[in-house]
Amino acid sequence: MDVVKVENVTRFYKIGEVETKALRGVDLTIENGEFTALVGPSGSGKTTLLQLIGCLDQPSGGTVWVDGQDVTRLNRNQRADMRRGHIGFIFQFFALIPTLTAFENIEMPLLLNGHTPAERRTRVLELLEAVDLVDRADNRPDQMSGGQQQRVAIARALAPKPALVLADEPTANLDTANGKQVMEIMQRLNQETGVTFVFATHDPRVIKYARRVVTLRDGQVVENTGAKQKV
Amino acid sequence: MIQLFKMAFRDLGRNRRRTFFSALAVGMGLALLMLMASVINGEMGNAIESAITLQSGHIQVRAAGYDENKSSLKWEDLVPNPEQVAGKIAALSQVKAATPRLFASGFISTGDESAGVRIFGIDPQSPASDPYRQGVISGAFLTPDDRDGLLIGNPIADKLHLKTGDQVSLSVNTSNGNVDEQTFTVRGIYTTNTYGFDNATIFLPLAKAQAITQTENHASTIFVLLKDTADTNSVAKALKGTNLEVKTWTQMNSLIVDTETMARSYISFFYLIILAITASVIINTQIMSVYERTREIGILSAIGMRGGRIMTLFLSESFLLAVGGTILGVLLGWLSVYLFNIKGFYIGNMGLSGILIGNTIYAKLTMADTINVTIMTFVVTLLAGLYPAMMASRLEPVEALRAEK
Repeated sequence: MDVVKVENVTRFYKIGEVETKALRGVDLTIENGEFTALVGPSGSGKTTLLQLIGCLDQPSGGTVWVDGQDVTRLNRNQRADMRRGHIGFIFQFFALIPTLTAFENIEMPLLLNGHTPAERRTRVLELLEAVDLVDRADNRPDQMSGGQQQRVAIARALAPKPALVLADEPTANLDTANGKQVMEIMQRLNQETGVTFVFATHDPRVIKYARRVVTLRDGQVVENTGAKQKV
Repeated sequence: MIQLFKMAFRDLGRNRRRTFFSALAVGMGLALLMLMASVINGEMGNAIESAITLQSGHIQVRAAGYDENKSSLKWEDLVPNPEQVAGKIAALSQVKAATPRLFASGFISTGDESAGVRIFGIDPQSPASDPYRQGVISGAFLTPDDRDGLLIGNPIADKLHLKTGDQVSLSVNTSNGNVDEQTFTVRGIYTTNTYGFDNATIFLPLAKAQAITQTENHASTIFVLLKDTADTNSVAKALKGTNLEVKTWTQMNSLIVDTETMARSYISFFYLIILAITASVIINTQIMSVYERTREIGILSAIGMRGGRIMTLFLSESFLLAVGGTILGVLLGWLSVYLFNIKGFYIGNMGLSGILIGNTIYAKLTMADTINVTIMTFVVTLLAGLYPAMMASRLEPVEALRAEK
């Protein structure tokens, strides 16, 4: 089953008189359970594509389907609901709420989805164990290393049991050892839970973890290798 | 909601200094409002109290058409058998004192110097005369049967270089339009700390005043003091029905009442200015907070927090600031009023024609004023947080995530 389907998607930005074409007619399908890397140099459009799939932005043209729903027709609140229930995010800058503990950061999506305190507690502890951070539950981000923060971010992304996790340069701000640890955790969780992972990267050490590699250049898919290929 | 408040509380704690000074701005604004309200209350209340206790009483019962500005002594303008009328009024349970008084005009002279005066013929033993008795600073108060003693105000004594025991000549208008002159002894000198009153008024025992003005068994008015000012209208209503006119203190002191209304209108204008300044501090603080946390707002949006909830988060911060600021403000306000009243504000002999103001203003803070200005400040602080909260809720997640940390 297709978790993501992108049809002829374009994205233009106009700054003053200058128009920038970030995506120029991208077609892409991602199936359930994939561990796919979007690769390409800076400015290739991989982050833009990730943002469109993640309902953070809307395309200038074309259609994006996520988990069976046409997200290009959704209004602002509906897109927020989509992100809350179906999509998890991991950012290169960890993106944790600084005033919340690790437990509370992971708990936040569950809170927004209306889970009971007992349900939230069970799920959060389960995830803390999965990322090996049970002893850091009460620590705030400024009390954790970069690698630990990114692991909390992974746990948070998985908290609402999303169909899809999108990671934008997840190891960019980590050293080699931590980067390796983060990728191994993501890979293991993909295999254990079957959640689809799509991550944008230009780091060759990260690309090797992917089972499928989609290469973008100048806003277009130029190569698509791995488990699923679509012309 | 509890979680949002927890987040809001912690967010305020991220920059404690800024949060403290924002709350302090709210608090100082509120304290200033409380002080202004209490000073107005104190000043106007003092003027009204002075007018009631010294001059008009709560109610006066007098002949129809009597004009206090003319102080007519014609019998048809006076109340006959005033002791009898006063006795009936004093029987009412709400009445503290009811006593006949005679008002006349004249002038007092010593050798080459003279001064125009109002003459109050009073019953020295009535409780209504207590303010004058308590104000004696030299000599003694009058007695009902004193035939040649008078009590003069301190400013008059200073002007005419008089002391207790000195002889003075008093010329008085009489009921038949003539002028009678007699020599009196300064029995005592008084002050009510109200220059406008002390500078113009001398006292004679009622019997002597009636004799010198040839108004036997008549009085200008029955002066009535009540136990509670709030009973004025109900007692006035109960006293109507005879051929005498009943006047309340609001009718007799319309200038003070109008001045108080005007003062409160002016004060409302200053309230607006203070509240606007307070609001601008909060708006500025919260806008800075939104700019500093733009990326964080993007993260909250990315994990699925709707704009409405983001707005609620920032409004919660404004709410907590409002709570902290108003608590601080009430405490500062009480402290300000307390400190103000240690010595009061000395204004000296400020004489406004028609308004009796004591020489020192004291602040009087009422619960009603405290509640009103507190609610005003709280609401304004909340409203000030509305625009920054809306700003935060409308940020596009993709733009917000690009912001610098």
